This record gives sequence, structure tokens and C-alpha cells, in this order.
Amino acid sequence: MTEHEEQSDQPRVVSGLLAEFADQQALLTAARAMRDAGVRRCDCYSPYPVHGMERALGIRHTILPWLVLGAGIAGCIVALLLQWWTNAVDYPLNISGKPIFSLPANIPVTFELIVLFSAFTAFFGVLALNGLPRFNNPLLEQAKFRRATSDRFFVSVEAADPVFDETRISDLLRAAGAVSVEQIFDSAVPAKIPLAVHLAGVVVLCLAFIPPLWIAKDRQTRSDTPRIHPVTDMDFQPKFKPQAETSLFADSRTMRPPVAGTIARGELNNDPHFYRGLAGHEFAPTFPEQAGPVDMAMMVRGRERFDIYCATCHGLAGDGNGITSQRALARADSPAWRPPLSLHTQGVLEQPVGQIFNTITKGVDRLNDGNLSMPAYGPQISPRDRWAIVLYVLALQRSRNAQLDDLPVSEREALQLPDPSTNQPTR
Amino acid sequence: MAVVDNTFNDPTQRAPLVIGPTDCASVTNTVCEIAERYRPPRSWYVAFTFSVALVGVLGLSILYLIVTGVGVWGNNSPVFWGWPIVNFVFWVGIGHAGTLISAILFLFRQQWRTSINRMAEAMTIFAVACAGLFPAIHVGRIWLVYWLAPYPNYLGMWPNFRSPLLWDVFAVSTYASVSALFWYLGMIPDLATLRDRATSTIRRYALSVASLGWTGSARAWHRYERAYLLLAALATPLVLSVHSVVSFDFAVAQVPGWHTTIFPPYFVAGAIFSGFAMVVTLAVPARAYFGLKGLITMRHLENMTKVILATSCMVGYAYGVELFMAWYSQNPHEAFLFLGNRPFGPYAPAYWTMVCCNVVIPQLFWLKKCRTTPWIMVIIALLVNVGMWMERFVIMMSLTRDYLPSSWGSFIPTPIDVVMLIGSFGLFFLLFLLFCRYLPMVAMAEVKTVLPHGHQP
Repeated sequence: MTEHEEQSDQPRVVSGLLAEFADQQALLTAARAMRDAGVRRCDCYSPYPVHGMERALGIRHTILPWLVLGAGIAGCIVALLLQWWTNAVDYPLNISGKPIFSLPANIPVTFELIVLFSAFTAFFGVLALNGLPRFNNPLLEQAKFRRATSDRFFVSVEAADPVFDETRISDLLRAAGAVSVEQIFDSAVPAKIPLAVHLAGVVVLCLAFIPPLWIAKDRQTRSDTPRIHPVTDMDFQPKFKPQAETSLFADSRTMRPPVAGTIARGELNNDPHFYRGLAGHEFAPTFPEQAGPVDMAMMVRGRERFDIYCATCHGLAGDGNGITSQRALARADSPAWRPPLSLHTQGVLEQPVGQIFNTITKGVDRLNDGNLSMPAYGPQISPRDRWAIVLYVLALQRSRNAQLDDLPVSEREALQLPDPSTNQPTR
Repeated sequence: MAVVDNTFNDPTQRAPLVIGPTDCASVTNTVCEIAERYRPPRSWYVAFTFSVALVGVLGLSILYLIVTGVGVWGNNSPVFWGWPIVNFVFWVGIGHAGTLISAILFLFRQQWRTSINRMAEAMTIFAVACAGLFPAIHVGRIWLVYWLAPYPNYLGMWPNFRSPLLWDVFAVSTYASVSALFWYLGMIPDLATLRDRATSTIRRYALSVASLGWTGSARAWHRYERAYLLLAALATPLVLSVHSVVSFDFAVAQVPGWHTTIFPPYFVAGAIFSGFAMVVTLAVPARAYFGLKGLITMRHLENMTKVILATSCMVGYAYGVELFMAWYSQNPHEAFLFLGNRPFGPYAPAYWTMVCCNVVIPQLFWLKKCRTTPWIMVIIALLVNVGMWMERFVIMMSLTRDYLPSSWGSFIPTPIDVVMLIGSFGLFFLLFLLFCRYLPMVAMAEVKTVLPHGHQP
């Protein structure tokens, strides 16, 4: 009530005229009259769109269709670029060998995005062009104007119009058939939002700060509890994982060994010479054909494999002094260490190649106590490489026991041996 | 109110689109009083309670599904798309009548649409909401449903834009968005009418915000009409594309019974068919309970039954073409499916229910008596909806008979399947009942343009 009293005390400014009409014919007549009188800042209001009003009032065509056209073109370009970039550039995905980017398959999404962009533009475009939403329209405070959305027709003329003359305009409107003509006033007090809405807004704003603050706090502090796992996504499953213990089997192993006698696919290995170094029941004295030609390439390969697998224990020259052995012997707490053999001992020198191959493959239990002195390298090294290592071992052994006659004549000079006659180096 | 028969076909005079008192004020009063009434009719409460109960059951079953996994459905090899996709296609199809009435009939200047378009558009949005529910929960891990959208992510992956399932995501979400915009844009002037009649403060504030300060200015009307026309022009191809894209889900696959070029038009015709049946199902009781017989006249109902009859014939033609092509193509797989498995196989009852409800029974609408008797209409419309649901079920059961007999199987729905289907009806009716209670059921501003005065130059 106090608000109304305050409002009535202030001088009220007439901002325009509002004329009420009973039917659309009168409204059209009034609109033409206003246009003829040169009034530009006037508008008509009706509960439904009145045909012929655009011409009567001189309303220009809206640019909305052009905006929608632009949006449609933009939607088309965006859709094509999106599909091309995501499916052909950033993450090319081969689907049944079809082209990575082909227009027919991309038409549906392109079409939908054209419609989506256009529709949103049409909707928000018409609101923006109409200046909506607008909640402080003085017209809406006129009691009579409430019927504008039901069954009455109105013309408003703004006082700001250059040709505005209250009496003249009022007469023109009445002549056009106005039921009533009344003044519109600028609201002295702008429409107020009720206090309850303000309070609710403050409360909501305060509450809205809680989640980000909570997150910020949790990101800065430490916690002993595991993180919350609301969606388990099959992360926790009742199953035994590899290399883990189980109560299900007597040996407590989750990984099951194959049934005894199982031969894996491709591992039948039914050539005893190549795979086991045997010729009949004896160790073979020769290299098998499958090991390939016994040549320099095989020797080089054998040296490389020897240096990788064997030299750590046997030493680069096969003297049984590899770094692993040296270190183990140096440590007092490794009494179980069995020093590797030198490959140049008589027992090894006498072994046929098949036996050396067998030793590499299966390891050797030198003390016959059930523990391997040398572990088996069969699982790590392929048979061909094992034969290559055997070849290199032969070369190492030969290097300690070679005669000068073993060398080709051309190589003998390169050795720079002292000439027995002059006791001087050659060359 | 004097009951006027406006179903005559005298070409010398134009049948009135609205009967009873036909001035703007009475239209406003008739429509607004429904939304302003302090208490709706008792039948509304009964229906509301029933719908809320069904929605509760639906919510619980969805919760059970999310917590347990999609195994609670009957979906299993070879039918991984069971009832959820049947329900999805069914509900999307229902929605199509709304857009057809609001957009296509608008472009064709079929002015009788004005009385029913608001209701039909509302139905569209509620049906699309029911439809969207099923694929969303069908993804299994619903909390990852946003993976459907193309967004930059830490996986460095993008959706496959050449998949019909992705087209479906775009088509249905675009359809839902555009339908909602179209519906809301059409409602703004009517919300303003309600605002200007509001007596309580809260109601006035709420409606002021909802109507965005609409005044009915001539300039606003000019742009509004243009925007409405543009949206109608956009929604028209959209509605045809949506069910075409839905049909691509099947037609692009190689399953016999799915891989046919007739699917897009056949699906669109079926969608409009089922949608109009649903509009009739809703409009007949709504006009009776809310006193809208003068606005939604017998002529409106008759026109809708004619659309149902026409689309029924189209659907029947599609069924016939499928059979003919199965024979004419001499493709043994197609022939087995269309000429053997469907009509005489394990799901033959569904097939013959579909044929009866969709092709045979709607032929009753050739009789004027059936076109103008509300209870007959509703019964036929309900049967049409049963038939259209069965049609999608029959299509889905093609999966049980693949090319390889070794992968043949069967599909048996679980109780959860049944509960969810019934629950989705509960959701649909609940939304519709709330719409009837609180929003303008008839597009007042549009009806006012087709009143007798509106035709005067």
C-alpha cells in the first residue's frame, strides 16, 4: 500500500496512449489511420495474428529466414567437418574396408545438424528479434490490456514519436472505432522482485558454493581412506589372477601346468639330431642339416648369443670366470655357488658337439645331487642359435689348442710371429 | 451447447471447424478454465494415481536393471535387441503423429489441425521421452551413456559416424529438441493468456516467466508466424527422416527380413498410423472429460480416422510388397522368413495379430458409422496400437532365424520386460495428465484465427 501512495505522489509522465478495440476490423482501420498520420512508433496488439496487419502498419519483412538459412549452412559445414575430422583424421576407423569418409554415410548426421542448428536459430532468433524475454513492459500493468491476449485488440502510440500529439492521436483512434483511449505512464517505480525471491536466490547461491569448495578441499588435503568407488565397472571380480595364490588347488598355484605329456602346438620336435643332439643313442659328432650351413654367419651369430647368454658365467673366452661367477665367489654368503667349468678343460674338449648342445639345452647336474649346476637354456634359446653357440664354443676351444699349420699361409704373416731364424718379428 | 453435426460432405458449404459459441472470449474461457480449475474431475485423480503407481514400478524396475545389469531382460543370443528396441521404435512412432499434425498439416494449410495440434505435440514429446528411455538404459552401463555424444575425451576416441545407431542418436535427440522448441514456441501466446487471467501471485509470476513477457504485438506476431512457418518447414523433413533413420537400424543390417529398401517409407507410414491411433485414444476421453467437444469436434475425429485408414492401407501394402518380393526375388532366405517363418513359425500369433489389427480391422473406418462413433474409434485405435507394437516385435524376431541355422534361437521376455513396457505407458499417461491439468490443451491463438471472423478479409 505504501508503495502505491509513494507512486501517486510523484508526477507521472505520460509515455503513450493505449486504445482498445472490439474487433480486428477496427484494429486494421486504426493501424492504417496511424500510418496515414505519419505515426511510426506505434504498435498493435491482438490475441491472434491479424491478416493484413503487416501492410496496414507497414511492418517490414523480418530477417529471421536469412538467419535460419545461415544457421542451416553453418550446421551443414559443422557436421561435415566434425565427421571428417573425427572419423577420417583424428581417429580413422576401418569399417569393413569401406571408405573412411564417404558422403552417403554422412548425410543423416549432416541433415540432422542442419535442422538442429536452424531450429534453434529460428526459436532463439524470434525471441531475440521480439525483445523477449521482457518482464518490465508498462503495457502489462494496464488493467484493460489483460484482455489483449484473450479477446480484445489494442493500439499503442508512444509519446516519443515526433508527430505525437495526445489530443490529435486520441481523436484519430476514437474515429477509427476505439472503445476507450487511455494514457500509459512510465512506471515511476520499476517492477520489483519480491524479497522472498531475493532470499531464495542468496540461499541457492550459498549452497552452490558447497560442492566446488568441497572438491577444492579434497584436492588439497590428504586422506587415508581409499577413494570412493561408486561405479565398480567390474573392477572387483571374484576370480583368481595369474601369479597369485589360490586355495582351490593343492599346489596353491592359480596358473595350472599342462597335463603330463602335453606337447604344445608346433613343439613336437621329432628330429632327435636337431633338437636333442642325438644320433641314435649316442651324442651326435656332427652338426645337423637343419642348423643351416656351418659358415662365418653362423659363427658370428654364435658369438653374439654366447656373449649374451653364456659369457656372464663362463667368461667371454670360456675360462669359467664370468662376472657373475667372480661376484658370487667374492661374496662370503653364497657358499652354494658352484663355479662354472672352463670350456678348455679336457673333459669338455673331448665332448662331441651333440653333448655340448645337450648341456646347453637341458643344463647339467655336475655333482649328481639332483641340483642343476648349470641351468637349462633350451627354453630361452632357439635350437638354431644353440647350434650356433656350439660352433662358437668349438672355435674358442680351438683357439687355445691351435697349431701354426692350422692357419692359411696368408694369415700366418698377419700374426707377426717371431721368425725362428732371426728371432725378429716379421715385417 | 447445441450439438451440430459438422461431418457432412456438402461441397457447396464449408463445414465449421469449431462449433458452439465461436467468439474469442468463449474459446479463451473454455480452454483456460481447464487449467485454472481448482479441482480437476475425479476421473483425473483416478487416472493420475494409477499412472503414478505405474511410474513407480517403472522407476523401481529401472533401478533394478541398473544395479543388476541388462541380464534382467530376456535379451540374449541371438536376440540382443529384445523388447527394449521394440518399445523404442513403438514410442518414437507414436510421436510422429504430433509433428505430422503440427508441421505437415500446417504446411498443407489444413486448418482443422488447430484444435488438436497442441495435444498432439505434447503427445509427441512425451512419447519421445518414453522412447529415449529404452536405448538409454539398454546401453547397460547407463552412467557412461554420454559416450554416445562426440566429445573430446581422454580415450582419444570418437563415435563411428557411419553407423546407423549413431545416426539414431542424432535423429532422435534432434527430434526431441525441435519438437520441444516447436511446442513451446506455439504455447507462448497461450501461456500469456493464462498469465493475464491469473489471480494468484505465484501463478502470475510463474506464468510471466514462462510466457517471456509476450504481449501479442503485431511486429512480434509477424516474426512469430515466420518462425512458426520455418519450424514447420524444418520439422516436416525431420519427422520423415527420424523414422527413416530408425528403420536404417534394421535396413542397413544384413539380417533377412531387415535388409530391404522399403523400410524407410514403410516405417514412416506405420509411425503416422500408430501415432494417429494414439491421438484418437487420448483425444476422445480428453474432449469428453474437459468439455472440449465444441473445439475438438466430430469432424476432427473423423479426419483422424481417415488418416488412420489411409496409413493402414499403406502399411498393408508394405506387408504385401514384402511377401511379393520374398517370392519374386527367389532369395531362399527371404522366402523362408517371409513366406514360412513369420506366418507359420513360432511367432505366427504375433504376425497374425499384426495383420488383423493393422490391416483388417482399420478397414471398418470405411463405414461412416465407425468414423463418427467415439467408442468404436477408441477400440479400433487401441487395437491399432497393439498391432503396431506387434509389427516391431515381428521384425525383431527376424533375429531368431539368421542365415546360419546353428545360430537360431528364440526370445522369451522376462517379467521385467513386461513391467517396463507397462511402466512406460504409465510415464506417458502421467505426463499427459499433468499437461491436461496445467497447460493450455488447445492452441487458443491458433483456434481464434479459424473462427468465422478470422476468415473475413
